[in-house]
Amino acid sequence: MKLAARIENLQKDYVLSGEVVHALRGVSLDVPEGDYVAIMGPSGSGKSTLLNLLGCLDRPTGGSYWLGDSDVATMDDDQLSEARANHIGFVFQSYNLIPQLTVLENIEVPLHYRGRVSAADRARCRELAVLVGLGDRLLHRPMQLSGGQQQRAAIARSLANDPFFMLADEPTGNLDSVTTTEILSLLERLNDAGKTIIIVTHEDDVSHHAKRIVRLRDGYLQSDELLDDSKRIRVAARALAG
Amino acid sequence: MLSGFATTWILGIKSLLLHPLRSLLTVLGIFIGVASVIWLLAIGEGISVKAQEQIAGLGAENIIIRSIKPPSEATEGARGLVPYGVTRLDYETMVETIPTVTRALPIREITRQFRYGARFLDGRLVGCTPEYAEVTQLVIDRGRFISSSDIASRKNYCVLAAATAERLFPFEDPLGRSIKVERDPYVVIGVLKPRAASAGVGGSFAAQDFSKDVYIPITTLWFRIGDRVLTFGTGTFNGEIVELSQVTLRVNHVDNVMDTSEIVKNTLREKHKLEDYSITVPLELLEQAKNTRMMFILFLGMIAAISLIVGGIGIMNIMLATVTERTREIGIRRALGARRADITRQFLAETIVLSVLGGLTGIAGGLICAPIIELGRNALEAVVPEMMADVPGVIRTMSPRIVPMSIPLAFCISVVVGVVFGLYPAMRAARMNPIEALRHT
Repeated sequence: MKLAARIENLQKDYVLSGEVVHALRGVSLDVPEGDYVAIMGPSGSGKSTLLNLLGCLDRPTGGSYWLGDSDVATMDDDQLSEARANHIGFVFQSYNLIPQLTVLENIEVPLHYRGRVSAADRARCRELAVLVGLGDRLLHRPMQLSGGQQQRAAIARSLANDPFFMLADEPTGNLDSVTTTEILSLLERLNDAGKTIIIVTHEDDVSHHAKRIVRLRDGYLQSDELLDDSKRIRVAARALAG
Repeated sequence: MLSGFATTWILGIKSLLLHPLRSLLTVLGIFIGVASVIWLLAIGEGISVKAQEQIAGLGAENIIIRSIKPPSEATEGARGLVPYGVTRLDYETMVETIPTVTRALPIREITRQFRYGARFLDGRLVGCTPEYAEVTQLVIDRGRFISSSDIASRKNYCVLAAATAERLFPFEDPLGRSIKVERDPYVVIGVLKPRAASAGVGGSFAAQDFSKDVYIPITTLWFRIGDRVLTFGTGTFNGEIVELSQVTLRVNHVDNVMDTSEIVKNTLREKHKLEDYSITVPLELLEQAKNTRMMFILFLGMIAAISLIVGGIGIMNIMLATVTERTREIGIRRALGARRADITRQFLAETIVLSVLGGLTGIAGGLICAPIIELGRNALEAVVPEMMADVPGVIRTMSPRIVPMSIPLAFCISVVVGVVFGLYPAMRAARMNPIEALRHT
């Protein structure tokens, strides 16, 4: 199976007021295309560090991170930007839409950093907006949308560049339970349609929608657990009942 | 379909429209800078053109020798009035010995009261020759100027300047009538058109005002009034013994003016013990005026540059605030794939939009400087006329001339200011760590 991302013995050290902090002490992980991985762990486990590395926002201190055929560890700042523009779709906890742009323009933002935006690209952005259920909100500004709608727009934006994987950081952290369920089922639908998703969360209810849960502790990979469908359905049912 | 280039600019404008008042005030800074560049250069040019016109009014080919009263220490001990100034002998010597002098016109001028009936006017009585009209660019309105036969036969004819005629003959036609100067009558044979004042001559910076003159043949003046002239005031009187008030030499070619003036200086230095004459060379003044103009432009340019720098600092200030305020947006854009250069370009586009807008409006504001200055001058004239009377005539009457070069210059400077002062904030935005920028609230 083709891999969306592969990390080998990934290490990251920070220097904090003269002391070296080992945030990641060697993590290896394969994310095949079409996977839906939840990364979990208590604070200080290296969860955020791994997220930043996976998102090409930072370079590892050691080990390698293969995105397609290239090793992120060897990239300079511009190449990291290029990797983000072409291969990664971010979804944030606080949506992070750009306030002065409309929904459609927000969805198009990543495309501008890849080069020219063609008419076909624009049409696809429109389709994505329809796909996440914002077909009638294209010209609204983020402030005119509810939290759930903003997160849908952000999800559409993360798919605009047709990335290797979507990287979602606590995507339901700011949402109520009903909206959370909506968003999670949207993600599931997208995963069913073949999109690769990596979600970072500390909520079990959220992580159990994934196909696989990766737990970190003290900078090490603690466990890598595949969930079967029956468990996923059980969790979904409980969430609906709750 | 839009190219990335157009998108950058549209985005810049959109972002600026988020804070319309803030953007407007920033534009105002550049507007003032650019408009002041155009204004100051236009005013400087207007003043220098005016000054050069006045100097040119004296004639670039002329050398003007004027009698001046020597300092009193020099004549101490002498009793009574001491003769001074350029003599008829000086005049004849210069005319006969300097070959480059094509024409010389002597004049004798004194202050007198002109009367016609009950009306009177204090003005300048000028004894002159027929060429005087041409050399000082006097234009006859009606009648004729003094002729050489008038000179030869010492006729009691006179020609009135425009204002003199207006004052003495508000209702009548002056031609053929006689005005009185002291006890002597003079028949008016011509009236002049109004003439602009020319630059001062003989160490005086006051403009020469030709408006209250009366012109008579110089021989008539010598014959009837003589060299000794007494002017009575209240309780005192001034006297002078002067043969010629002024001699204007015309040189055959502009190139010979400087050499000829040297010869004239040497000739007069030998004959005069006292410093009782002054030599004015308009060509020299013209050169000086051109130098002054350069200094003027430099000086005004500096003031304008300062105001542009102030405007630029305004832009920088606003952009630094904007960058801080939009840290999160920067983080988002970086996460979505923006390179540092993209961020720099985005913020630079905003400052350039601001400065270009300021530049264009500033040019518009600069182009209307002539009517606005006219308006301001009229307003001051109406509100504080006595203050305006003290303002030098050059400034009072000058009209600003827009220097064509100043428009592209001002525009380029405004763009450069935008780029220079926008670059630091833009680069600061680009240098932000995307992870920290995303965490910014």
